[in-house]
Amino acid sequence: MQYIEQLLFVIILGVALYFFVKKIKQIRRNIFLGKDETINDQKAERWKIMTKVALGQSKMVVRPVAGFFHILIYIGFVLINIEVLEILIDGVAGTHRSLSFLGSIYNTAIGFFEILAVLVLIACVVFLARRFIIKIPRFHSPEMKGWATQDATYILVIEIILMVALLKMNAVDQLLQSRGADHYVAAGSFPVSQFLTGFFSSYDTSTLIVFERVFWWFHILGILFFLNYVPYSKHLHIFLAFPNTWYSRLKPAGEFGNMPEITNEVNLMLDPSKADPNMPPPEKFGVNDVTDLSWKNVLDAYSCTECGRCTSACPANITGKKLSPRKVMMDTRDRAEELGKAKDKNGTDYHDGKSLHDLISQEELLACTTCNACVEACPININPVEIIFGMRQYQTLEKSAMPSEWVMMNNNIENNQAPWQFSPTDRANWSKEI
Amino acid sequence: MIEQISVPTVAELTAKGEKPDVLFWVGCAGSFDERAQKVTKAFVKILHHVGLKYAILGTEESCTGDPAKRAGNEFLFQMQAMANIATLNAYEISKIVTTCPHCFNTIKNEYPSLGGNYEVIHHTQLLQELIDDGKLTFGEEPFKGRKITYHDSCYLGRANGVYDAPRKILEALDAELVEMKRCRKNGLCCGAGGAQMFKDAEQGNKEINIERTEEAIGTGADIISANCPFCTTMIRDGVKHAEKEDKVEVLDLAELVAQAKDL
Repeated sequence: MQYIEQLLFVIILGVALYFFVKKIKQIRRNIFLGKDETINDQKAERWKIMTKVALGQSKMVVRPVAGFFHILIYIGFVLINIEVLEILIDGVAGTHRSLSFLGSIYNTAIGFFEILAVLVLIACVVFLARRFIIKIPRFHSPEMKGWATQDATYILVIEIILMVALLKMNAVDQLLQSRGADHYVAAGSFPVSQFLTGFFSSYDTSTLIVFERVFWWFHILGILFFLNYVPYSKHLHIFLAFPNTWYSRLKPAGEFGNMPEITNEVNLMLDPSKADPNMPPPEKFGVNDVTDLSWKNVLDAYSCTECGRCTSACPANITGKKLSPRKVMMDTRDRAEELGKAKDKNGTDYHDGKSLHDLISQEELLACTTCNACVEACPININPVEIIFGMRQYQTLEKSAMPSEWVMMNNNIENNQAPWQFSPTDRANWSKEI
Repeated sequence: MIEQISVPTVAELTAKGEKPDVLFWVGCAGSFDERAQKVTKAFVKILHHVGLKYAILGTEESCTGDPAKRAGNEFLFQMQAMANIATLNAYEISKIVTTCPHCFNTIKNEYPSLGGNYEVIHHTQLLQELIDDGKLTFGEEPFKGRKITYHDSCYLGRANGVYDAPRKILEALDAELVEMKRCRKNGLCCGAGGAQMFKDAEQGNKEINIERTEEAIGTGADIISANCPFCTTMIRDGVKHAEKEDKVEVLDLAELVAQAKDL
């Protein structure tokens, strides 16, 4: 019986890890549907940003209430997972509390984890309340309908269930320890679960062992399920926040890159000596699909946890325009997933003929003031402006689709050297009037 | 007017075998827009007052290409940029000051990779330098007791991280700075950036400039100070919309300094 349980554990663990790795590889491939871009300068600065922003949560606490409770869940998640290590060892080796030889360190840790579990529980309840009782507006934008809100709710509920299972497991365990049940070494400290023993004390020892096994299995199965759920969820940020901040844009936010393929074209017109005659004429300008984005933009999309701080800071969104930077990121991820699936089915060179413009309308793109408030608001340095701007370039350069006022403005710049229709010879007239 | 100021062009200086220490890049708004011209003139008076050796390009100046770029027309942007760079490099310009944060951002950040490398500063930075160096002093506490709020433009603030220089000017003017809730990194756009200035807003339930102006008026300030010709226009329109023109003034920091010096 003992060996069957161990064997079952190893098989389930293997299957869970297999599917997890498979999905992660798929996501990696989808991220690199984006164009090559080398980002490895200023390494010291990048480590610093990652430490401060991802590890240190420096931008989360800009909004103190959400920031505080998020830190509770974050610390709880990281530390309680140390216990998973023990669960893995016990599961494979058929031992119980295999790390208890650490003595008082172990006992203190188990007690500390219990306190963390309660704090995580409280934080999850607070987050559910913020969503569904206080109804904070950014959780109820149009793009949050359906899956996005379900996803957020599932995660909070799963975390609550996991924490309760952990505490119940400990409650039963300490009863078994006190009764001197075979296999249940006396170890750990239980500052919280000691108050739960009353629910179980009337059962006989053999029933308690069944309870303990059920809670133990529930806990580890829950964790393995969670592991496989995360890659399909907005919760991927728990892993990707780290690389995403490491690969942050370090240039000034106002610097929008110059397109080198256009520089060559302009050189050919103005000063052919500077142009590279061997550079092939560009096939396409701007961003039509995820394949025209940088891989960093797609990484941004997969890292997004849909908190909506960007959207709540966006001047266009605040004033009722259709643009929502969060939706731009969600659409980019959806599109990368869609194209990835199509390629899995039909081969790497296949393209389904769809584009990012099918998901993001021109009205949304045109509403952006390029103010960078969304970039500033993002707790993990995601940049929606680059995607919006690249797509705008495509609209303007490939489709000539722009408002008539912009056509006029461009004509004026070309003909009058100013966006308005003034004569360039009058440019310095003001200087005669001082 | 006490004295007539003649504004030198780089071409004139070059003809005399001289070079300006700093080129004043006026920008399209500063050159043509009636409201922005006042800022241009105020700034020139300050430059003249402190005796800085400056010059303008005059009719040789051309749009930086910023609005074309933000509207997605990279081709037109680079045409403009390269023509301007050719002019600036021919005159061996090394330092540029501009009263427009959009020109500032474009020349500073987007010209270098096209061959235009200059030290570029915004006029509020130059004014702060002049104050710090004691070249601009204000004797009689010109704005003492006046409540002034300050609007961070996106392209000076978030885009380039300049938040303190403008505030130090207000401090030197002895004004009482009342901040809006959304200031510095969290400043709210006036609604004009990204070439929005040159088109109607997309459909929504409010204009961005009205949202921002309401916040500014809400501080109780009687002067809303700004650093950008487009912000100034947008917020002035917002003040008109709120029918507060007789109570609240919208002024560029250069205008405040010029007023304080009675220039």
